[in-house]
Amino acid sequence: MLHGHQTWEFENKPVIISSAAVGGPFEAAGPLADDFDILHGDTWLGQDSFEKAEKVLLEEACDKAIEKANLLRENIQFFLSGDLMNQIITSSFAARTINAPYLGLFGACSTSMEGLALASLIINSRSANYVLCGTGSHNSSVEKQFRYPTEYGGQKPPTAQWTVTGAGAAIVAAEGTGPCVTSATIGRVIDMGLSDPFNMGAAMAPAAVDTIEAHFRDLGTKPSDYDLIATGDLGRIGHHITEDLLLKHGIHMEKGNFVDCGILIYRPDQPVLAGASGAGCSATVTYGHILNRMRKGELNKVMIVATGALLSPLSFQQKESIPGIAHAVVIENKR
Amino acid sequence: MANKKKKKLTPTQQEYQKFAKQREPKRNVLLNSFRAFLVGGAICLLGQLIQDMYEKYFNFTENTAGNPTVATLIFISVILTGLGVYDHIAQWAGAGTAVPVTGFANSIASAAIEHRSEGYVLGVGGNMFKLAGAVIVFGVFAAFCIALIKYIITM
Amino acid sequence: MIYLWAFVVGGLICVIGQLMLDVGKLTPAHTMSTLVVVGAILDGLGWYEPLVKFAGAGATVPITSFGNALVHGAMAEAKVHGIVGIITGIFEVTSAGISAAIVFGFIGSLIFKPKG
Repeated sequence: MLHGHQTWEFENKPVIISSAAVGGPFEAAGPLADDFDILHGDTWLGQDSFEKAEKVLLEEACDKAIEKANLLRENIQFFLSGDLMNQIITSSFAARTINAPYLGLFGACSTSMEGLALASLIINSRSANYVLCGTGSHNSSVEKQFRYPTEYGGQKPPTAQWTVTGAGAAIVAAEGTGPCVTSATIGRVIDMGLSDPFNMGAAMAPAAVDTIEAHFRDLGTKPSDYDLIATGDLGRIGHHITEDLLLKHGIHMEKGNFVDCGILIYRPDQPVLAGASGAGCSATVTYGHILNRMRKGELNKVMIVATGALLSPLSFQQKESIPGIAHAVVIENKR
Repeated sequence: MANKKKKKLTPTQQEYQKFAKQREPKRNVLLNSFRAFLVGGAICLLGQLIQDMYEKYFNFTENTAGNPTVATLIFISVILTGLGVYDHIAQWAGAGTAVPVTGFANSIASAAIEHRSEGYVLGVGGNMFKLAGAVIVFGVFAAFCIALIKYIITM
Repeated sequence: MIYLWAFVVGGLICVIGQLMLDVGKLTPAHTMSTLVVVGAILDGLGWYEPLVKFAGAGATVPITSFGNALVHGAMAEAKVHGIVGIITGIFEVTSAGISAAIVFGFIGSLIFKPKG
């Protein structure tokens, strides 16, 4: 059901019956390592290119989620996925393996919640029994495509972020046990004219603010209604800007309850500059750590606001600015 | 080039950019410059030592010793790039490793190594000059213009 | 003495590069391209050769010397073969650097895998 201008409320309470998170060595050294289902010791995963390794990450996350739900690949009605690679090859090739009817998405690093929102809509409208949604990213393949070859000696500024090598997937169903998706707010593209690809946090923050405001407005809720509100990958700088900007717009976020997946996933002493980024960032933290906490009952109502920067390597060279987008999904322990 | 074209930014955009800039950690220009000075100077010093070695032991003259010196520094850069340590040194040293010819070598080697997954012809061959190409193109074109002007003036 | 000047002059050219990156917010490609052009202009004005005499490797190792060498090659050929020499002579002096970079870079791609 539509609420307000851009929010869906899912009255049939689609259930996340399983989820999985897969990561690489950097993520294994981080504070959320225990919430990963599979952790790899190197970033090649036995493949001969980083792009192929990224595909393996996504396949593993999907297969693990299917296994944990006691299902088979054949049971999956629809597979929704996207990633950062050109033509979303990671998702398309993973879809080839999973062999379920496939809907490719592109939301950059906001893909995780774009997928979860759409999966929930499909289940809520009784248009499927099981929908698999996932996304992932690989540090080296993203650096190669968007920035410089991985061994290039270009000095990164302190506003730069480290792309997560990881993938997360979840299965949404009409019945079952697990946290439910109760609402989702689809974001608009917001562009404040920033054009530094080494400072994406600042470019995406306005989109996060816009979506969070729209959500509160459409549903008539406020920050204290939620146990946790987590942005996707704004990083230390983007998150700080978002908090201040929301304050400027009259929205006080609760201290300690407003976090960012890009800050949570790595330790402060890991060399990640401003924090983590990548489509895999919000996916691995949400589908691993946050959902685990919900299943334990530590959190009962959570909003995940995944943020994405919609630039391409070419758009930057053509002097275009960086448009941002953010999608918010609310997950609750409710039946 | 980040700053120049303010384009047609709306007042909201301008205000936000100012807001964001205040919350951006400032690059430590002094520290970075000091590190660049240290490492850049050290690399040039190493180059001087290598050059003297070629003059003393390999019968190169002062004019011709520059060639094997540059080749040697390039060789060292490629090895460090291949071993995966160059980018870590460079993150610390900034322009100190990028400005000497080591940076040029690293840009070619890193692109070549990275794109092997696309094959040797299209991958390595086709992408090797991804970063260094600009330097070569502008160097050659500038040299052409300057030499032409100088030639015409002195004729 | 030349060791000291090699260190100082080389270091200072790198500091100029660092300022272009940090203050000018230029990309590495823009910075290096600018420095090469500057080297070429300085040789055109006849100021780079004295710097090489003074600082040795402090002037020949930075990328600015690439611009210097390109102009040198062009002018040397032009003296012998006239205006055509400008085109034919450009890579005369710099061939060591470019050949070494291509050859070693290619061999590197044969031996090494990126570490990520």
